[in-house]
Amino acid sequence: MENKTYALFLGCTIPARVRQYEQSVRAVAQRLGIRLVDLEGFACCGFPLEPVDHHAALALGARNLALAEEAGLPICTLCSSCTSALCEVSRTLSRNEEERERTNRLLAKIQRRFQSPVEVRHFVRILLEDMGLDRIREACVRPLDGIRLAAHYGCHLLKPTEIHQGFDSVEDPRVLDDFIRSTGAVPVDYSRKKQCCGGSVLMADQRTALEIARDKLAELRDLEVDALVVVCPFCGVMYDSNQKVMEKIFEETYGIPVLYLPQVLGLAMGMEEKTLGLKSHAVKTKGLLEKLQAQAEG
Amino acid sequence: MDAQRNDPSPAVEMGEGRMMDEGELDFGFAQEVSAEPGGEGIVKCFACGSCSAGCPVRRFHPTFNPRRIIRMVLLGMRDAVLRDPFVWLCATCFTCQERCPQGVRIADLMRALKNLALRSGNMPEGIPMQVNLLREKGTLYPLDEFDNKKRTKAGLPPLPGAHEDVGVLLGDLADLGRPKEE
Repeated sequence: MENKTYALFLGCTIPARVRQYEQSVRAVAQRLGIRLVDLEGFACCGFPLEPVDHHAALALGARNLALAEEAGLPICTLCSSCTSALCEVSRTLSRNEEERERTNRLLAKIQRRFQSPVEVRHFVRILLEDMGLDRIREACVRPLDGIRLAAHYGCHLLKPTEIHQGFDSVEDPRVLDDFIRSTGAVPVDYSRKKQCCGGSVLMADQRTALEIARDKLAELRDLEVDALVVVCPFCGVMYDSNQKVMEKIFEETYGIPVLYLPQVLGLAMGMEEKTLGLKSHAVKTKGLLEKLQAQAEG
Repeated sequence: MDAQRNDPSPAVEMGEGRMMDEGELDFGFAQEVSAEPGGEGIVKCFACGSCSAGCPVRRFHPTFNPRRIIRMVLLGMRDAVLRDPFVWLCATCFTCQERCPQGVRIADLMRALKNLALRSGNMPEGIPMQVNLLREKGTLYPLDEFDNKKRTKAGLPPLPGAHEDVGVLLGDLADLGRPKEE
């Protein structure tokens, strides 16, 4: 199973606020021959509506699944929360007849219908399962030797377990570390690797949310990592965009660049900074790029 | 930038060292929560505390404690649970749900409590605005001309829109932004 075509599901945050992630995904996909299509009509995945009204959230998610089904395409997600929301909708509506009928009554208002399960996979999972680590390794023509990278798995890439079909271990995740290793970089192990970014708590209690994020950044600073690697725009915004806010509030410095995994892969594939949007980060990536340059000339 | 922390409310603090009066309890509350999607398994909780032990919010917030919230629901402390901002603190990280030895779907349960709290008007300030955005624009971050210029500059394609029908789909949520009559 390889070189498939996917409907690219960007979600709300990425096209407006995290363009560098989108840029790097499109570039890496193109390099590897994964075809991504922008489907007309995709809207919010429904995740932000879960706390408001579970049934409305299901309907909003199902609307996207119906669009993909009509187009006959599986979905490629980039945001972990979109991934888990859409997977959960597909699973719930496939298994729960009452919920499916209820959702379809809502969808009938807009002439749509959920018929059957739709394949939804995060880009990382597509890379792993369609391409495999060996092919990624072969594509990395400019290895990131000596660069120390810490993987942040976040929550919804892997949890809840049952909707992700055992893609990776929740308690001992490896997939991101494996990808980092495939670029020649060193995956750094650390105690708070599995800890949530706190992003979902921002609206209810900003201080607590920032304290959760700060906890990880402080550990990574002490471990002297070159960058934190994420695969979800919520996590990215939390650690990158809010890093300066945290430095101010907690009166300390972290200085940890936050890269999206496809940016790391793109760098190792020899792509340009501009192609990968590496200048669009709140925490500057300049130091990391200089280190890479120095190693290459080394 | 101010970092706001919601102070622990009297309702939670009372839970620490005060006898509850039977009259304050709603013995149908656990049943009410079980009837919500995600709330079904709550009665299986035997209070081992695995949820609280792994909870990232519990580590940093003075009062948020999933085990205690579940106990409060089972005891029937309806007002104390649904009127307090703490139900909104769950990060939905699923750590508790993955580890619960009884298979209680704790993150889903917290969502059920949020849904119930919201129906009685207890929600963070930002929620009505989010709902309005989704209903009107289909996304939390509608792209304006400035965003589109930035996209073009970054070599990104224009995105096909067409999500006007989201407003029709979410029509039933129309009144959320207005104050509820108690």
